[in-house]
Amino acid sequence: MANNTIYAFKPVNVGRWVLWSLFALVLIMAPQVFTSGTSLTMLTKMGIGIIICLSYNMLLGQGGMLSFGHAVYSGLGAFAAVHALVRVSDGLWNLPVSLVPMVGGLGGLIVAALFGSVTTKKSGTTFAMITLGIGAMVFSMSLMLPEFFGGEGGISANRMVGEPVWGITFGPQIQVYYLIAFYCFICTVLMFAFTQTPLGRMLNAVRDNPERVEFIGYDTQRVRYIAFMIAGFFAGIGGGLHAINDEIVTAEVVGAEYSGMYLLFTFLGGALFFFGPIIGAVLMVFATVLLHELTNAWMLYLGIIFLAMVMYAPGGIASLIMMNVRVAAYGLLRRLWVAYLALFGTVIPLLLGITVMIEMVYHMQMNVGMGPEMTFLGVTLRVDAVDAWVGALFLTLTGAALFELARREFVHQWSDVQEEIEAEQLRRQMH
Amino acid sequence: METFIVFFLNGISYGLLLFMLSSGLTLIFSMMGVLNFAHASFYMVGAYFAYAISAKIGFFPALVVVPLLVGLLGAAFERFSLRKVHHFGHVPELLVTFGLAYVIEQLVRLTWGPSTVDYRIPDLLSGTLFTVVNLAGDNLQFMAGARDPILCAADTGNTCTQFPVYRAFMAVVALFMLTSLWLLLTRTRVGLIIQAALTHPDMAQALGHNVPRVMMGVFGGGCALAGLAGVIGGNAFITEPSMAASLGAIIFVVVVVGGMGSLAGAFLASILIGLMQTFAVIADVSMATLFQSLGSPVSFEHWAYPLLKITISEMAPILPYLLLVLMLILRPKGLLGTREE
Repeated sequence: MANNTIYAFKPVNVGRWVLWSLFALVLIMAPQVFTSGTSLTMLTKMGIGIIICLSYNMLLGQGGMLSFGHAVYSGLGAFAAVHALVRVSDGLWNLPVSLVPMVGGLGGLIVAALFGSVTTKKSGTTFAMITLGIGAMVFSMSLMLPEFFGGEGGISANRMVGEPVWGITFGPQIQVYYLIAFYCFICTVLMFAFTQTPLGRMLNAVRDNPERVEFIGYDTQRVRYIAFMIAGFFAGIGGGLHAINDEIVTAEVVGAEYSGMYLLFTFLGGALFFFGPIIGAVLMVFATVLLHELTNAWMLYLGIIFLAMVMYAPGGIASLIMMNVRVAAYGLLRRLWVAYLALFGTVIPLLLGITVMIEMVYHMQMNVGMGPEMTFLGVTLRVDAVDAWVGALFLTLTGAALFELARREFVHQWSDVQEEIEAEQLRRQMH
Repeated sequence: METFIVFFLNGISYGLLLFMLSSGLTLIFSMMGVLNFAHASFYMVGAYFAYAISAKIGFFPALVVVPLLVGLLGAAFERFSLRKVHHFGHVPELLVTFGLAYVIEQLVRLTWGPSTVDYRIPDLLSGTLFTVVNLAGDNLQFMAGARDPILCAADTGNTCTQFPVYRAFMAVVALFMLTSLWLLLTRTRVGLIIQAALTHPDMAQALGHNVPRVMMGVFGGGCALAGLAGVIGGNAFITEPSMAASLGAIIFVVVVVGGMGSLAGAFLASILIGLMQTFAVIADVSMATLFQSLGSPVSFEHWAYPLLKITISEMAPILPYLLLVLMLILRPKGLLGTREE
């Protein structure tokens, strides 16, 4: 018993270091690769979206709290930040612009502490309804209090104020991008770290089995409340960055449309995995910037995709990726590629047919004055001609029938592969 | 006094309309545990269908046809979409109805355009049911029909307030519908099975009743009620693509304030919120005027003045939500709720 020193050995988690370094590298290199003005705008929006969607997933994915009012916290954070900017430019406050997002974070934290004390009294469905009510209340209030929300015109500010620190004036967009990228990286790291803390684990437990957590002696409401406040803080930081980026904040940022977008894309990205909302935020920017330019019916497509996703892949894109990674890890992905090819090959005519019909209806509804002709993917279609409709309908029905066949075969093969993987896992456990 | 009576009746008829919506929502919730986020969207679909169909076959046939159509749509949605996510749990169920609300709003915009449609009250039901006349110095008098221009002339000192026929029609339809729903649930065999499936789904299933089909029926029925509310509410208020979003939040408030799953609670809360929203519009007082009447007026420069100067009528849109917050602080289970979550 001379030497009872315990040698603790904790291996360096190489994969994690590599992943985070890659993430940082992507954030740093992205504006060097995509140099155009549009892509820089999109990249900044992505950075903001990533923070807000990740903070939303703290509620939805990790806490099982479906909130319909997350824009309240990011939006009021944005208002707090824009008011701070106005104060700085009036010379009332002496605050470097790079710290203004923290004011937004504090704003989000305070508002979340205030509303969270009411909303987190309930969980599940009731929680969802109350957050919707609070969201509607804050939005109505924004029309009532033009002194704070700026009424129709919103509140504008100038980000090039105060003494430049290290010569950074935040005049050029690229400097704003790097500020946002910096905050995005730090917030992502912090939010990931939160999932590893005892509180983060308790939050998962509260999501999965609140009764048992209560029996162990934890107060589920308090766990939800603290998580709600932390999520509000990060959402507020996102809102503060939004205020610096746009230099104007209007009342719609607290509205239901923004809340709906955060929910939709966090879910599409995948709420079950930490990195899911990052995919969601990137998609959100693509959808709101590019798809929006391309078609008037983008919200309809988004809704349909969302419905299909909830019904067939409730884990979002992240879970689809991870499932295929698992198959690949067992070396079975090769067997599925024909089925995948069939699936994608048949889904294209189906989607094309549906899209053509929706676009034609939209054209009839919105652009009546522009005549019956419209171009779709370079093809000129006449919306008053029967052949276009028959063609689209034929395409849809054929696509649907073939897709159904391909889908059945795919499901069959997929379950075979899954069974094989499970058998393999069992075999490895035995040895 | 005469305005009070007319506003009271208006509030009751609005409250009954709210109850038509919230009763369907409550029934669906207590049976399936699903909060139908798209419930107000079915209300909107009802209003738009009524607009399109009443132009072809008239208002009264549409009053029967449209709720049936909306009910069928609801049942189809339950059968082909909601049932598939049932085994994922309640959050995906809520999400699928959220997605549906999204899609319905976009489809409505696609079909009928983004602005208001001209869905009007039929001629037969437009006009005034009765006029309350406050004779100068004398008591109130009720008179059938529109106001008498001689009696109500400004120089007589009499004041007149009118109550429209359509408001009464709304209340009658709602009451008729709700009474028949109550009779159906409590007095018939179908109602018995629904109640059994509500409380003991496994036992009802074991006794040979097709519980999933009962659920489909309840979902369709709730949607049909919402559709009916749309037919009679769409022309009384306004028919536009954002009507679902604005009413949806209110009926959620009704359901939470009344107590989740309690029909009687939903009734009380509907009437309460109906009256509150109607009366709030005429209450032209604010905290600032209150302080003034107490003898300590607030100056314009005071930091809280923008907050204090808001009158109750300006606050009308947020009153239901304030009630919700107050309710959650004081009585989290709702007016007549039984269990806390």
